[in-house]
Amino acid sequence: MTDEPACPAPSRRRPRLPRWTRKLAGTLASVAATLLGLLFVTFMIGRVMPIDPVLAVIGERATQEQYEQTYRELGLDRPLLAQFGIYVSDVLRGDLGVSIRTGKPVSEDLARVFPATFELATLGTLIGVLLGVPLGVAAAVWRGGWVDQTARVVGLIGYSMPIFWLGLMGLLVFYGMLGWVSGPGRIGIFHQGVVEPRTGLLLLDALLQGQWAAFKSALSHIILPAGLLGYYSMAYVSRMTRSFMLEQLSAEYVTTARVKGLSEWQVVWGHAFRNIRVQLLTVIALAYANLLEGSVLTEIIFAWPGIGSYITTSLLANDMNSVLGGTVLVGTIFVLLNILSDMLYRFLDPRAR
Amino acid sequence: MSGATRPGLRAWLLAEEPTSRAQARAAAWYQGWLKLRANTLAMIGLAILILLTVCAILAPWLATHDPFAQDLAQRLKPPGWEGHIFGTDSLGRDIYSRLLHGARISLYIVLLVALVAPALGLLIGTVAGYAGGWIDVLLMRLTDIFLAFPRLILALAFVAALGAGIENAVLAISLTAWPPYARIARAETLTIRNSDFIHAIRLQGAGPARIVTRHVWPLCVSSLVIRVTLDMAGIILTAAGLGFLGLGAQPPSPEWGAMISEGRKYLLDHWWVATIPGIAIFTVSLAFNLLGDGLRDVFDPKESAR
Repeated sequence: MTDEPACPAPSRRRPRLPRWTRKLAGTLASVAATLLGLLFVTFMIGRVMPIDPVLAVIGERATQEQYEQTYRELGLDRPLLAQFGIYVSDVLRGDLGVSIRTGKPVSEDLARVFPATFELATLGTLIGVLLGVPLGVAAAVWRGGWVDQTARVVGLIGYSMPIFWLGLMGLLVFYGMLGWVSGPGRIGIFHQGVVEPRTGLLLLDALLQGQWAAFKSALSHIILPAGLLGYYSMAYVSRMTRSFMLEQLSAEYVTTARVKGLSEWQVVWGHAFRNIRVQLLTVIALAYANLLEGSVLTEIIFAWPGIGSYITTSLLANDMNSVLGGTVLVGTIFVLLNILSDMLYRFLDPRAR
Repeated sequence: MSGATRPGLRAWLLAEEPTSRAQARAAAWYQGWLKLRANTLAMIGLAILILLTVCAILAPWLATHDPFAQDLAQRLKPPGWEGHIFGTDSLGRDIYSRLLHGARISLYIVLLVALVAPALGLLIGTVAGYAGGWIDVLLMRLTDIFLAFPRLILALAFVAALGAGIENAVLAISLTAWPPYARIARAETLTIRNSDFIHAIRLQGAGPARIVTRHVWPLCVSSLVIRVTLDMAGIILTAAGLGFLGLGAQPPSPEWGAMISEGRKYLLDHWWVATIPGIAIFTVSLAFNLLGDGLRDVFDPKESAR
């Protein structure tokens, strides 16, 4: 523990790589370390669970010899660190084990369910951004006015309301009472199997194949869950937009622009908003990552066959390979989105370089 | 409560020059309270929470029915039906009574998480900040890893490993909630650890353990308390989410999330079964948010100006 006041570091004379290379290497190393840590956490969770992995494979009635053979085959007689090494190399090769519930490799299952979540979260983010950014800008421009108050209430509700309950209420009102949208599921029963999965994104597939009726059915199924996710995304995006805009609007260059006689529209969108675009991009990346998480509960409510439903159903069936595989996938996307948002900020905003 | 009724106490609290350390500290708290009291929304939040606490404590006396007593002849009756203020659920149990008993569970979960997670974060953050060097790097890397996980999904995985139940839900939520506290505690420690009074204590022969526990921790607490209040709403929502998924409190426990999950099957025809517990969750987490915002305005004006 050295607590001497920091003296200036002696300048190093070693030849250095270009700055961006070092930065990139540093980022990559940090990503790798985080991902490795993520795998370590899921590995440990898999270790402490009260389910015997051997019995899960061979069943309760196997003989002692079978048990010991499988025990060795699973590598459970090796040291923990070696087991972790095997686990990491398996995951890197895309092998997440076999799902007990579906009998298929987990990676195959995940590839099948992921597009549904991707479609939902993307549409949700789109709605959140398209509504949240103008709302945040308006709230900042008319600070304290009714738009600002509305944005505040929207935010408070978004931060306080359980997403699964709001989803149920949405179903009750818009499906049960008003009948404006379709109920749970991804597409109507008459259109099931009509659209040939190519990208896995149902809306896009239907559109590409010109299946208009199927497209309409899928749209009326997705609009409620996507709107729900969009609402939560809007609450976050509008709050951040407002705070970024307030910072800009109080800057001197804005006053200068106003003194020069620019229209308010020009000042707000041409000057202040231009300066928050990069910050907004990073916020949107984070909002997207948050939606992946919010989609777990939303998918349950709307019987949406995505990764959230997959993890939860597997969980209730004690299918640990699937749960941990899903966790690794979502965690990895989460990490990558976080890093992406960080890098976007560094590379696009000259002030952060 | 504010001491406003006793002029002597008030004058003592508002004295220009406090004569003792206790008085100075009390005065600081009192002025914070005065500022908070001026914030109507925060006061509403506080009132709701006090009401919730009273309800939770007095639940057995306020309840009109046994929360577990089933009466299949009276199932799915609408609110106001023969003494059932909020109606009955699918097993004929009184929703109002279940709601009151559920308040106990919610408070229990929130308080437990609010104790465990910040304590864990405080320990890790202060050790990292005070020790520095490779310990700091290691612990902060660990913090980053936990921050990198989506919280609900990590909690799901923990519950999967530990088994469903309230205590395990508390543990799972705490294990996902500590990283922000660790960061705050570390930042505070870094600003404190090179200050003169720490040097003075060290010269007097205090060891690292004593410095951290007696001199660093007390200074970290206030920023942690604000952060915890702001996080309480999130804790309630996560706990309710786990309950809703069937991974938190187990039936027949009247946990609010689990109640919504039970009511989900009857949503379209018997809306109240799922709706009423949801309103309860919303009200409580709104109250925590309002109070948390108010506290932040008082103690951290810089952040709240945004």
